[in-house]
Amino acid sequence: MRAALGAGALVTAAVAAAALLSLIWTPHDVTSLDVAARMATPSGTHWLGTDHLGRDMASMLMAGARTSIAVALVAVGIGTLLGVPLGLWAAAHRGGWLDEVIMRGNDLIFAFPSLVIAILITAVFGPGAVNAIIAIGIFNVPVFARVARGGALPLWTLDYVMAARVAGKGAFLISAQHILPNVASLLIVQATIQFSLGILAEAALSYVGLGAQPPVPSWGRMLADSQTMIYSAPRLAILPGLAIVVTVLGLNLLGDGLRDWLDPRLRRARA
Amino acid sequence: MLRALFTRAVSLALSLGVASVVIFVLLQAVPGDPAAFMLGLNAQPDTVAALRAELGLDGSLADRYLAWAGGMLTGDLGTSYTYRVPVADLVADRIWISAPLALYALGLSVAVALPAGLLAASDRGGPADWGTMAATQLGVAIPNFWFAMLLVLVFAVTWRLMPAGGFPGWDDPLAAIVALTLPAVALALPQASILARVLRSALIDALDQDYVRTARAKGLSRRATVLRHALRNALIPVLTILGLQFSFLLAGAIIIENVFYLPGLGRLIFQGITQRDLIVVQSVTMLLVAAVICVTFLVELAYVLADPRLRRP
Repeated sequence: MRAALGAGALVTAAVAAAALLSLIWTPHDVTSLDVAARMATPSGTHWLGTDHLGRDMASMLMAGARTSIAVALVAVGIGTLLGVPLGLWAAAHRGGWLDEVIMRGNDLIFAFPSLVIAILITAVFGPGAVNAIIAIGIFNVPVFARVARGGALPLWTLDYVMAARVAGKGAFLISAQHILPNVASLLIVQATIQFSLGILAEAALSYVGLGAQPPVPSWGRMLADSQTMIYSAPRLAILPGLAIVVTVLGLNLLGDGLRDWLDPRLRRARA
Repeated sequence: MLRALFTRAVSLALSLGVASVVIFVLLQAVPGDPAAFMLGLNAQPDTVAALRAELGLDGSLADRYLAWAGGMLTGDLGTSYTYRVPVADLVADRIWISAPLALYALGLSVAVALPAGLLAASDRGGPADWGTMAATQLGVAIPNFWFAMLLVLVFAVTWRLMPAGGFPGWDDPLAAIVALTLPAVALALPQASILARVLRSALIDALDQDYVRTARAKGLSRRATVLRHALRNALIPVLTILGLQFSFLLAGAIIIENVFYLPGLGRLIFQGITQRDLIVVQSVTMLLVAAVICVTFLVELAYVLADPRLRRP
């Protein structure tokens, strides 16, 4: 399973590198329209051809990676920053009313079909990358809270936590110094999974026109644009989809690999 | 037993209540007055006021919420701002596309995942296991709307076997089923992949149990052991996932309906959004959320009935 970890890390690094590179260099300017060269097939100047407005596909895909990664990354950040403290807090006061309120609130968010509410949020507050991030990020909060709480609960019965309590440390210090480092590996694996789900969600939102707005390139939007030209230029529909699949596959392999690496007990049956 | 049921019923009612408040409040944040929007720029203030009264938009926030939530309970979903017909009628037309589509996809995903999971678990570590796992890894990575586009490209554009979109209506059941086939396949792909993986690991866990060894020791064939003992126990986590996935199915259907131009509930929400027909958006979203919450409740109920350990509240 080391192969999965390696392959996943390699693919993820390659996509991230393409996204970073697009900040300083793309083969062509993604906002420049070259109508004379529209629908060009792949060539030396346009490696992957151009779209219906003459934009360079390779450049668009690179910049699209940037959008996808930025949205998913910030959404995971929101989930971690809000969810982890909530989960740790719930675990520190396990069984109390606070724990109950936090977990019931989480159940409620879980009950909502996330994409429906994300569509609603972006529809109400206007489409755009920022609202897409918020919509995706909200649903990451309960996921991280649950993982943090689940990982923290058994730790609270361990001797070294007892020792820390006897030494007079409060719930906050114990959570920060002893619990958090021990649930970090669980959280890292979950972050990888949520990252890949975030990429899929961003693609879906921008596909229906509620994600990043033009001229910001995004893979979902490229797919939506290509749909009417699927007869004449299937290439335009295939390339952005492949980019999504490769990225998500890389992240999933990385997540699975990390999980096995960090916790050998799970090497057996995995879902 | 009764107490456990009661606690869960209370939590169901509470969830529905909170969900309705969240949806209602969220939609109040939409800028603009629907009445002014409907009447256009040159409307007289008194006409707008009259329409506001007619649409029930002039009460206080609490009054409007209670009127809407009370209406939802009695099947009155409000009146569409743009179509001027009851939202319930719009939903009734479209649910005959969305519900069959979701069920079709659910059926397909179970039909694929069950044999795939069985095959993978009984050939643990072998080529069939490896192949199934690779396929499901790919299945969860493919966005279903893109898979839908590829299906259109292959089956509608290249081979011309299937319609690329649209819905002919249920007057011709065969044509209707054909029209729903590509969308259902696209929806089922990620579902089937996740289900197959869950079933495989549940089966592998179950096959490690003592009762499986006992069954084999008393002379039951491997096949009979898997089917009669392991599979039954492995179906419990599968049921959980099926319940959870219902919400993914609903959300997925919204996107897929857009790919295939199917006039279902998802398209209705999008039309509502673009036409500022907020009551449609509000009521249909609430219906979808209520459906998910109720399915989750039913799954939990099934557990309580099946597993005595869960009967304690």
